[in-house]
Amino acid sequence: MKLIILDHYSQASEWAAKYIRNRIIQFNPGPEKYFTLGLPTGSTPLGCYKKLIEYYKNGDLSFKYVKTFNMDEYVGLPRDHPESYHSFMWNNFFKHIDIHPENTYILDGNAADLQAECDAFEEKIKAAGGIELFVGGIGPDGHIAFNEPGSSLVSRTRVKTLAMDTILANARFFDGELTKVPTMALTVGVGTVMDAREVMILITGAHKAFALYKAIEEGVNHMWTVSAFQQHPRTVFVCDEDATLELKVKTVKYFKAPPQVNRKGCIYSTNFGM
Amino acid sequence: MRGGQGAAEARVLQFTNCRILWARAGVCGDLWVRGGRILDPEKLFFEERRVADERRDCGGRILAPGFIDVQINGGFGVDFSQATEDVGSGVALVARRILSHGVTSFCPTLVTSPPEVYHKVVPQIPVKSGGPHGAGVLGLHLEGPFISREKRGAHPEAHLRSFEANAFQDLLATYGPLDNVRIVTLAPELGHSHEVIRELTTRGICVSLGHSVADLRAAEDAVWSGATFITHLFNAMLPFHHRDPGIVGLLTSDRLPAGRCIFYGMIADGTHTNPAALRIAHRAHPQGLVLVTDAIPALGLGNGRHTLGQQEVEVDGLTAYVAGERPDPLGPRSQPAACPLCSQGTKTLSGSIAPMDVCVRHFLQATGCSVESALEAASLHPAQLLGLEKSKGTLDFGADADFVVLDDSLHVQATYISGELVWQAEAARQ
Repeated sequence: MKLIILDHYSQASEWAAKYIRNRIIQFNPGPEKYFTLGLPTGSTPLGCYKKLIEYYKNGDLSFKYVKTFNMDEYVGLPRDHPESYHSFMWNNFFKHIDIHPENTYILDGNAADLQAECDAFEEKIKAAGGIELFVGGIGPDGHIAFNEPGSSLVSRTRVKTLAMDTILANARFFDGELTKVPTMALTVGVGTVMDAREVMILITGAHKAFALYKAIEEGVNHMWTVSAFQQHPRTVFVCDEDATLELKVKTVKYFKAPPQVNRKGCIYSTNFGM
Repeated sequence: MRGGQGAAEARVLQFTNCRILWARAGVCGDLWVRGGRILDPEKLFFEERRVADERRDCGGRILAPGFIDVQINGGFGVDFSQATEDVGSGVALVARRILSHGVTSFCPTLVTSPPEVYHKVVPQIPVKSGGPHGAGVLGLHLEGPFISREKRGAHPEAHLRSFEANAFQDLLATYGPLDNVRIVTLAPELGHSHEVIRELTTRGICVSLGHSVADLRAAEDAVWSGATFITHLFNAMLPFHHRDPGIVGLLTSDRLPAGRCIFYGMIADGTHTNPAALRIAHRAHPQGLVLVTDAIPALGLGNGRHTLGQQEVEVDGLTAYVAGERPDPLGPRSQPAACPLCSQGTKTLSGSIAPMDVCVRHFLQATGCSVESALEAASLHPAQLLGLEKSKGTLDFGADADFVVLDDSLHVQATYISGELVWQAEAARQ
């Protein structure tokens, strides 16, 4: 894996956005060849989305031939509820860019048959040719998407009951009222994200530090589902200094070393010539 | 009309690069319009999976709901209180010309007139939707004749009336059928006024207090009977007194029905109300302030003599006063309380000739309020007064797409009704 450590949240967001931008541009998508992008929600990726919007507005990036697949959505929350992930994606990303609505895919938490909805989502990913780059975050309990501790590391898109840690973490979006937080969600599985050709995990803030430590310095463990990506051929973890607080000094020094020491053949050096 | 079967197939317009100063539900960002109504783009995106058919760049300008003028007596030579043969054309002319002032809906106002005038004119001015032909008519505002003799202002004394024993029947006999009527201004101290107020209110007609010597108690009682508006606050009523605030006291009265908001018209033309008085009213009760022009036929014409109903009016600059009153030969210095607004010696103002957008700018400058507040006073508040706030005076999803494009100094650059461009400034035409 690559571990990219930036000083602050804003720099981490910018690095991630530039990475996504450059991957799309290098892919050179067109009407016969869409760039498939997996996307997260939450407070961590907000800075990254802002930057991507900026690149679109500058004319540096177009989402015309990009297909997006979101990781998850709450069950039972009306689509137009301000805290639904549909609302999140609309307000923070889709409404500011030139993506066509038919190229966006978000699980429907109000579908009549939830598992059928999940199966159909897997089919849509397959039909689109698989995910080129899946961007995700990490929960304080080390989960990827809503793959809570105990989730199978080869799981597919399905209904999940949210863990208490997650409900507590999300309460701030529901006026601090635990009873208002949805208890179930539809989520892509760990296996679904592992199928992507490349995975980028954004981790910022001291409250995520322990989860990052568990994810990359301990073993692969279904209690910390992000650890599964230790077995993915192409994963990038993008974090700020605070998120590295629980890592060994040795680990941090290794990944912060100057390019010629460990970036053999890799074009993703810390200043990446951008 | 708008909406309906063909709406889903209608073109979707997206107004981009605009500043929407509307801190309420609904629009944030671009303004989307379809079928003459404001559209929720998120719904369009996720449910219909559609994008806009056409984008219009607003050049970074301000987008606001179209202005609503609930007191306008005429303009451009047209006098709504004249019983001409073709009242409709006069109304249509004014409706078209006020588009350039940012007004998208209005209430043509009739001043105190003899019954024959009402019987002839009222049926000829029906409620009408706006469009490229002009601003929409929301209904008539009948100001008088059931008003106070003492506070008649420029209204002709000969045609004032009071309610007899059959109060409401008297009103019907005077005005004729009330189908086209939206607002009635009357003086609540007149006998039998309460039954009239109640009757009008049950018919959905807004009752306004004005041209009156009512004290605060009488005014409060009138509100309990159903009155919801005050006609041009401060003008043609008893002045504020600290032991009896009169009608002005309604702004801060604690004796009104719970949850009821009293609205009050303000002529912010720089003449009718001293800026300090404007600020006092605004600070006391900002949510109820409704900007009105009280414009007269001389609006849009030059200085000189014009009519207003049965009265003659002299216009000089932005001031209009009752004609025929001899000006003081010694000028302003002989006035004990030098009123800079009445330099000709007469204190009887007679309507106004300041267009609505001038009033909005003057109001903003005089009160130092936020641009949002100034715009709300000319759009949302009159819509709320008339119970139309779901469809007019707002940029909420589902509302009629009547809006104005303004530059930073709040000059009107373009006016839209039902999402269609109905007026554009010369400079913007390039």
